[in-house]
Amino acid sequence: MGSKRKVRLAIKHETDFVRFKILGEPRVECVHIIAGELKIALKEFAETTIMWDLSDLKQMDSALALLIVKDIQRAENSEIEVLLSPMEPDVEKMLAMAKKHAHFESSFEPQKEGLLQATGEDSIKRLKALGSFLGFFGEMSIIFFHSFYHLGHMRWKETTFEIYESGIKALPIIILTMFLIGVVVAYQSAAQLKIYGANIFIVDMLGISILRELAPMLTAIIIAGRSGSSYAAQIGVMKITEELDAMRTMGFDPYAFLVLPRMIALMIMMPILIFFADISGVIGGMLIAKVELGLSPSLFLERFVEVVKVKHFWIGIIKGPFFALLIATIGIYRGLQVKNDTQSIGFNTTKAVVESIFAVIICDAFFSIVFTNLGY
Amino acid sequence: MHRNTIIEVNNVVTKFGKNLVHDGLNLHVNEGEIYGFLGPSGCGKSTLMREIIMLETIKSGSISLLGHKIEKVRRRAAQKIRMQWGVLFQSNALFTSLTVSENIALSLQEYTKLSEEEIKDIVAFKIDIVGLKQFDGTLYPSEISGGMKKKAALARALVMDPKILFLDEPTSGLDPISAREFDTLILKLRELLNLSVVMVSHDLTSIHNTLDRMAVIDNKKIVAEGTLEQIKQIHSPFIERFFNEGLR
Repeated sequence: MGSKRKVRLAIKHETDFVRFKILGEPRVECVHIIAGELKIALKEFAETTIMWDLSDLKQMDSALALLIVKDIQRAENSEIEVLLSPMEPDVEKMLAMAKKHAHFESSFEPQKEGLLQATGEDSIKRLKALGSFLGFFGEMSIIFFHSFYHLGHMRWKETTFEIYESGIKALPIIILTMFLIGVVVAYQSAAQLKIYGANIFIVDMLGISILRELAPMLTAIIIAGRSGSSYAAQIGVMKITEELDAMRTMGFDPYAFLVLPRMIALMIMMPILIFFADISGVIGGMLIAKVELGLSPSLFLERFVEVVKVKHFWIGIIKGPFFALLIATIGIYRGLQVKNDTQSIGFNTTKAVVESIFAVIICDAFFSIVFTNLGY
Repeated sequence: MHRNTIIEVNNVVTKFGKNLVHDGLNLHVNEGEIYGFLGPSGCGKSTLMREIIMLETIKSGSISLLGHKIEKVRRRAAQKIRMQWGVLFQSNALFTSLTVSENIALSLQEYTKLSEEEIKDIVAFKIDIVGLKQFDGTLYPSEISGGMKKKAALARALVMDPKILFLDEPTSGLDPISAREFDTLILKLRELLNLSVVMVSHDLTSIHNTLDRMAVIDNKKIVAEGTLEQIKQIHSPFIERFFNEGLR
């Protein structure tokens, strides 16, 4: 079909009019050539009678037909005569169709909104978001307490599945990461402690920082990235494919089936994961203490028992369920916020991770202040 | 009147793992025809169509499309072929993050050097031709009904004035009135745009109204190919059940 070489708008002066003849077989991808030449030609011949000569065409694309129809309209509007050459029936048909279905006045530009309107709409959207979060939280609380009174109604099967999926499967990565964090922290502090000959204090330092802060935080961040995002994406897709609606119509409360099992599973597993994170972090530190400072593991552990009080361990563990609650709630809430388009899955998944990590850090700061003020 | 063959399927064998789907299919589609793939569900109609539009690969055999052997085609040639067809998916597959008009304009923006104004005119024209209102162009796919989505997807498939239109169960999910409108639309477009149409369909009325020729796939083979009258002569459990029970 129409090779680009041949496509051209030939302009020829006749006695009473100017002939615009289309050469070649312009497919839609070459129509811009004609459009460009027409624009230049019209600078000169805007006021002249034109004849569109389509006699060479065997068939015509709608893009070209629209271009010609538009030009005919332009001429008619300024009361200039336009002539048409005889043409193939197919071409004529296309021209007639273009004329019939053209809408040159249409505009698909979105309407621009003013600052005031944008501010107002944004405020209302945020207020509504707050409302919907409260609604979600309320519904979740009702289900939560309901299932405490009716333990038989709890979805234990789903819960154990989630324990495996988001808890046990996360164990290797948490152990490995925390081991490496233990190594890094110990290595950096060993270099400093060596200067003062305070080698033995590495035990105090590592013990308290890992048990109290590092292990819970790191576990929470990994879980937020791992499970928070997967909850949001999974529930979001279920919403798009109307699975949630299907569940509702079958009488399965999505909160009981999807939300609660995930929440409970994370709340059960988080302290356990923190416990393992504690162990592997301390082992990582112990290794460096041996290699860098020559502190034997037995000496390390002896000192550990002596200086690191058990309250530090419990403070770390206690944070677990709270972090888990935040991560699960935000992940699921974000999943339920997904609208009927694919982009909002990406948007809400990102939001789920960012918001839950942020919430975990805020919560941690809060704990820090409370426990310190209580004298722990 | 001599007609060129635009699609030729030769001895196509398809296997998914151990599951043999097609065992040597042969058929051809002529230019200007409305051609249908029929058969019980799970017989691989859609798979065959997906193979022709280069979304799946075949195990052996060959498919030629507009003179190209698609199993051997190079990247650039494949790209050229893709500009000459339009595909309407069963679930419409409109891009949900774009408005209807943006969905339709996408290929024009990507593959032509037309100005924004000219693209807008073409989009407006295609919106009108499939029977949508101009205002619908500003809406997102999530804001319009199923029938409108189908029309929007058809407008998107038609935007480059393709030679071949592939339709995967175009009338499924449409109410009977819209479905008949769709049939009329396809016939009209075929006449106006010199289209060839290949469709997978279960809709008997649609089959009666639109198809010139069809192939019936059953038991991994093509049990019949030809016009509706020819097909009805053939003795096959599927054909008898499909046409007789369906038309009671």
